[in-house]
Amino acid sequence: MYDVLIIGAGPAGLSAAIAAREWNLNVLVIDEFLKPGGRLLGQLHQEPDGKWWNGIEESKILLEKAKELNTDIRCGISAHTIEKTDHGFSVYTNEGILEAENLLIATGAAESPAPIPGWTLPGVMSIGAAQVMTNVHRVRVGKKGIVVGVNVLSVAIAREMQLAGIDLECMALPAINSATESHGSPKKVMKALLRIAHLAPSTAIRFGSRFMKGDGTKALAVKFFPKSGVKMWGMPIHLRKAVTRINGTNQVESVTICDITADGEIIPGSERNIEVDFVCIAGGLYPLAELAAVIGCPFQYIEELGGHVPVHNEQMETPLEGLFVAGNITGIESAKVARAQGTLAGLSIAKRKGQNLAKLENQIQQAKMNVRTIRENATIQFHPGIEKGRSRMEEAYYDIVHG
Amino acid sequence: MNSHRILDHPVLGKLTIEKEIPFTFDGKKYTGYEGDTIASALLAQGIRTLRVHEESGSPRGIYCNIGHCFECRVTVDGTPGIRACLTELNPDMIIESGKQQFSPFKSTENQDDLPRTYAEFEKQLKGEKEDEPDV
Repeated sequence: MYDVLIIGAGPAGLSAAIAAREWNLNVLVIDEFLKPGGRLLGQLHQEPDGKWWNGIEESKILLEKAKELNTDIRCGISAHTIEKTDHGFSVYTNEGILEAENLLIATGAAESPAPIPGWTLPGVMSIGAAQVMTNVHRVRVGKKGIVVGVNVLSVAIAREMQLAGIDLECMALPAINSATESHGSPKKVMKALLRIAHLAPSTAIRFGSRFMKGDGTKALAVKFFPKSGVKMWGMPIHLRKAVTRINGTNQVESVTICDITADGEIIPGSERNIEVDFVCIAGGLYPLAELAAVIGCPFQYIEELGGHVPVHNEQMETPLEGLFVAGNITGIESAKVARAQGTLAGLSIAKRKGQNLAKLENQIQQAKMNVRTIRENATIQFHPGIEKGRSRMEEAYYDIVHG
Repeated sequence: MNSHRILDHPVLGKLTIEKEIPFTFDGKKYTGYEGDTIASALLAQGIRTLRVHEESGSPRGIYCNIGHCFECRVTVDGTPGIRACLTELNPDMIIESGKQQFSPFKSTENQDDLPRTYAEFEKQLKGEKEDEPDV
């Protein structure tokens, strides 16, 4: 019986493990991938001060700290289901059943698909798949590709692929269909693009972002969005072009792209083919929360947090006794926020063991402040209403626990 | 071999190869590197098709690369349904791509022309015209 079992060895899970080990808890961390680090592993971007955020190095720092504290981390273990028992939790994995008094689910996020015809062809992959291949495995996913879907994540990863010397034709939207919905709407995508404008070494975008706060000006911006796209790091980003189809027999050979109106409607006769040998589809991230659902944790739909999120309070506790969440499962934010949340969750779990409460309470307050500060100073914000989403979650927790 | 590797990177530096790992895929010999998944080792060789759709036979490769879409299922040392994107490449692994399966319940377009009895089947085989059924 472990004091705490942590599912997910990403920034949240590892930080939680470190905090819990510092309070001498008996901890086990499991992860489905073959190495720890989670999605930190692929991350590589330049901060506004010019310094590189290298996720591989960041994960090494966490891992070394965890090892110093003799943390048991096991990779290649998939958790299929969880049962709540009288004493805690039984976690069913491919390596048998694991028992723990407390459980921290730090499973992160997954990508929403934005399917378009032809997306099952080899050579079509999610943008996150391309990120891991490029930065972790150091494998080129193709010779020349296109990114379908313009959002915070896809722009960042497109840049990473460029850095690795992979040729990208452009970024464009997926053609609107019942599954792609908002990802195909230039107006909605424009909003997302503005949130990362400050990262772009393009004066056009930076200049534009200052004047496009209102919805009216945003609509105008889309209307007058240059036909040739706006270049970010030399690669055109198109908001008025959409990919309608991916073509090929045994693998990707080309995409069919067309011009679209500001509302995303296809302009007839504008179709043409572009030769590419790979396609990255980017539909944005959603919290990966199935494991919290199977134990019966209450959920709340909060758009600002990225979808259906397990209800939790600021200390990362859920209404289910002994169940904690941290990282992107609680809402889509940067790895830095996830790391701070992990520390907070680890301390909250330690509190349940009831030792040296005054000191612990002090640390918890500090960790809470840390999460807030990091959130306020985030370079990459996945949703502008994140604060609002967080307070809605606080209310939801209060309603369930005290209501 | 491994021609799709990113050997040099402006921020991450040169690729350091700790250990080479030999394996076979559909009977052919290849070499991957320590830390590879089955999917990354194959993609490094330019191999994108990991299986074909069980019924239609259309080719499939990796999609999500995090073990959720199950598009990259391969057979490893005789065990089918292994996710290539999550499975560490081990020395001398025998990996086989997923094959098209027999589809006994697939609907057919010309079902009215199919024989209903063995006698009818034999007649069709001989090219005889179908008689009126015996009364």
